[in-house]
Amino acid sequence: MKIKPIHIFIVLSLSFLIYSFSIYIHPIYAKPEANINIEKAISGRLVWQKYNCQSCHQFYGLGGYLGTDLTNIYSAKNKGEAVIKAVILTGNDAMPAYHLSENELTDLMEFFKQTNQSGRADYNNFTIYNNGMIERK
Amino acid sequence: MIKQINFGKLFFAFALLLLLAGIVFGLLASYVYINPKFLKDSLGFSALRPLHVSLVVFWIILGATASVISGMQLINPNAFSSKTVALQLALWMIAIIGIVIGYFNQEFGGREYWEFNPIWALPIAISWLLFLYNFLKTALKIKNWPVYIWMWMTGIIFFLFTFIENYLWIFPYFRENFITDMTIQWKVNGSLVGSWNQIIYGTAFFLMDRINGNNKVGYSKLSFAMFFLGLFNLMFNWGHHIYTLPTEYYIRYIGYIVSMTEWIFFIRIVYSWRSTLNDINSNYNYYPYRFIMASDFWVFLNMGQAILMSIPAINIYTHGTHVTVAHAMGTTIGINTMILFAACFTYFSKHSKTYGKSNKRLNIAFWIVQISLLIFWISLNIAGIKKGIWQVTNSTISHHDMMKSLMPWFQTFTYSGVLLMISLAFLCITILYHYVKSIVSQKAN
Repeated sequence: MKIKPIHIFIVLSLSFLIYSFSIYIHPIYAKPEANINIEKAISGRLVWQKYNCQSCHQFYGLGGYLGTDLTNIYSAKNKGEAVIKAVILTGNDAMPAYHLSENELTDLMEFFKQTNQSGRADYNNFTIYNNGMIERK
Repeated sequence: MIKQINFGKLFFAFALLLLLAGIVFGLLASYVYINPKFLKDSLGFSALRPLHVSLVVFWIILGATASVISGMQLINPNAFSSKTVALQLALWMIAIIGIVIGYFNQEFGGREYWEFNPIWALPIAISWLLFLYNFLKTALKIKNWPVYIWMWMTGIIFFLFTFIENYLWIFPYFRENFITDMTIQWKVNGSLVGSWNQIIYGTAFFLMDRINGNNKVGYSKLSFAMFFLGLFNLMFNWGHHIYTLPTEYYIRYIGYIVSMTEWIFFIRIVYSWRSTLNDINSNYNYYPYRFIMASDFWVFLNMGQAILMSIPAINIYTHGTHVTVAHAMGTTIGINTMILFAACFTYFSKHSKTYGKSNKRLNIAFWIVQISLLIFWISLNIAGIKKGIWQVTNSTISHHDMMKSLMPWFQTFTYSGVLLMISLAFLCITILYHYVKSIVSQKAN
């Protein structure tokens, strides 16, 4: 049988769909994060989006580059919940003050707790292999 | 009356207006890097950035849509029903007006690059469905598709799929596990760019055949091989965005291995360089060709950069830095915008003679775009590499001080951005001016 473009297209598309759905089912077998109120954390993600924090800040280096990476802000030295809340409510040199409600702040803190537990976002702790791949130490 | 409207041109005109607005907001946003207090308590960077990004992304998507409509109507003058195309455009206009008003009122709610309230995704999705319906209605009547019809179809279908996938986060299930959520988010962002690239590169192939007056590119085995390689990358190379995210290894390895197949594109560009140079000399005064050749240069630079960035050992120095911004700007302006300008000049007026007195200024604008974009691209790359070294070497310098040390490069990119904005605006305004003039003279006759 002669291979036609439609055959290649169908094979690639089916592979793509299988790959996509294999990723969608990850939450089903993912290890639950300890000490996280998941309801609040997933609402916190929406607070993050509502105030478009991503325009300046990053998680794992993904986001805007004007501000700092906030993946591990929850456990950062000299930071913690009180400092984060104070910065959000009063702003700083470059960041305006944001008037979040108490509930929004609580949800956002739970979300930061979740991002913090998901892993480390520093770049100086990787092993580089001969094939060019990297792995966190 | 509606049947007399050339919707391809109307889509292009609307897209050009979005580009004009998008580059103005881009310049304002870049100034925040020099003066962080600029518009801090009014619009702020949180609105300026999405205003810039969304409008420029819409320029690319609507420009790509216009290219397909105009191209299909050249193949078959009866392609695309006027009523559905009019509805398609109206839905886009409603969505974009709603999005822009929302940004001005600090109403967000979406994700990076799609920061608007998700409600506005609905008219966009419906409009895209109409586009797909109209496209298939015409395309399915054509036998033995040339490569560009394959690419347009692939781009339209995969845009719809990934655009819907882009909103899976609305369901709490997809936000339960943060790493999976981030994985899907960057899977989507990678594939969405790949899908509009399919439409735009398909347009470049179509224009090359029109310029040459044959079907050499459309039916060549090499073009089909490049199309499938591009499609393969659209589907599976997105893992290179998330090497530092603690997601499954196989996702990162697939992204890495698939990205390395882009060397084939790169080697092909280098191999055909000499013949390209000869063609530039003979077609210099033909605007569509000149813009396509400019896009070839930017493909060379950005693909070289992308392949290097896709090697994880190098990626940790560029990830989360302005090297990524340089790549995004280089591809959207250098490649996408150049091909879309080639399409605009094809469908409005091809030859330099048409533009009379504006011709000299168009030439100057063309070269200022290329040179200022190069300076813009280099300064962003230098700023990014410096930040990359800072983040990998565990420096004791604070983020604030590191950003301050990058100031000369931010100033260079902002000032070259001014030149870029003026020259791009001149190109847009000239095309729009001649478009309006042609409508007025048509009505007078």
